[in-house]
Amino acid sequence: MEGDIAQMGKYIGAGLATIGLGGAGIGVGHVAGNFLAGALRNPSAAPGQTATLFVGIAFAEALGIFSFLIALLLMFAV
Amino acid sequence: MAADGGSGFNIHPMDQFIVKPLFGGSDIHWYTVTNVTLWMAIGVLCIAALLVLGTRRRAIVPSRSQSIAELIYGFIHNMVEDVTGHEGVKYFPYVMTLFLFVLFANLLGLLPMSFTTTSHVAVTVVLALLVFLGVTILGFAKQGIGFLSMFWVTSAPAPVRPVLAVIEVISYFVRPVSHSIRLAGNLMAGHAVIKVIAGFASLAVVSPVVIGAVTAIYALELLVAVVQAYVFTILTCVYLRDAVGGAHH
Repeated sequence: MEGDIAQMGKYIGAGLATIGLGGAGIGVGHVAGNFLAGALRNPSAAPGQTATLFVGIAFAEALGIFSFLIALLLMFAV
Repeated sequence: MAADGGSGFNIHPMDQFIVKPLFGGSDIHWYTVTNVTLWMAIGVLCIAALLVLGTRRRAIVPSRSQSIAELIYGFIHNMVEDVTGHEGVKYFPYVMTLFLFVLFANLLGLLPMSFTTTSHVAVTVVLALLVFLGVTILGFAKQGIGFLSMFWVTSAPAPVRPVLAVIEVISYFVRPVSHSIRLAGNLMAGHAVIKVIAGFASLAVVSPVVIGAVTAIYALELLVAVVQAYVFTILTCVYLRDAVGGAHH
C-alpha cells in the first residue's frame, strides 16, 4: 500500500514537473517575438543576429530542460 | 506498459529506443556491436562519403554534392569565426566534426526503421562532456588562473558580485547537463510523438487525419534535427569563446 502511494506520488510529481515546459515555451516565444519585432524595425541588422537569437533560445530552453530532467529522475531514478 | 487491445497491433512509443545487440545474445558489454554502433558507423560513412567523394573532383563549377560539402564547410567556418573570434578558428575542425556527427545522427534517425543515436543521453553526454572538459582545460592552459575571472563579473555593482559569482559557477557546471539533455530530449520527444500519433492510425476512422498529422510532424522533426545540430554547435562555439579569451565584451 505504501509502495503504491509512493508510486502514485512519483507519477503525479513527474506530471507536475512537465508544467515547467510551459515556462520554457513562454521564454522561447518571448525571445523569438522580440527578435522579430526588432528585425522588422531594422531588417538589415537582422541576419547578423541570428546566432544571438539561437543562443538566447537555447538558454531560455535550458531551464525547461531541467523540469524534463526532474520528470525523468522521478520516473526512473527515485 | 503497452495497452493490450485485441488488434494485434501493439507498439509502445519508446520501443524504438531499445538498444539491441546485432549478432545474437541479449547481454550488452562495452564491446558488443549494437544498433547504436551500426547507425553511428553509417553516419560516419555518410559524412566521409559526402566530404571525400563530394570534393574529389574539385570542379570550378561544383556538382551537387560538392556544393553541399562546400556550403556546410563555409557555414560552420563563418559561425566559428563570428562567435569565437579570430582566436577560435584553430578549433574549427573539432566544431565541424561535432556538427556533422550530430547532424547526420539526427537525420539518419529520421529514416523509417532506423535508430536515432543522439536520442540517448549516454551518447550526447559524452559529446557534451568532451566539450566541457576541453573548454575548461583549454581555458586554464590559455589564461592560467585568470580563467576564473569569468566568474567575477566586473561590470556589475560591487555588492552584487559575490552573489553573481555563485550563480555563474553553478551555471558553468550545469552547462554539460543542459547541452546534452537538450539534444537528447528534443530528439527523443519528437520521435516518441511521431510514434504516439502513428499509433492512432489503427483506428480506421481517423487514419487519413493521422497520416496527414504524422507527415506534418515529420517535416517539423526534419527542421528540429537541423536546428538542434546547429544549436549544439553554436553553444560549443559560445563555450569556446570563454576559453580562448575573447569573452570580456
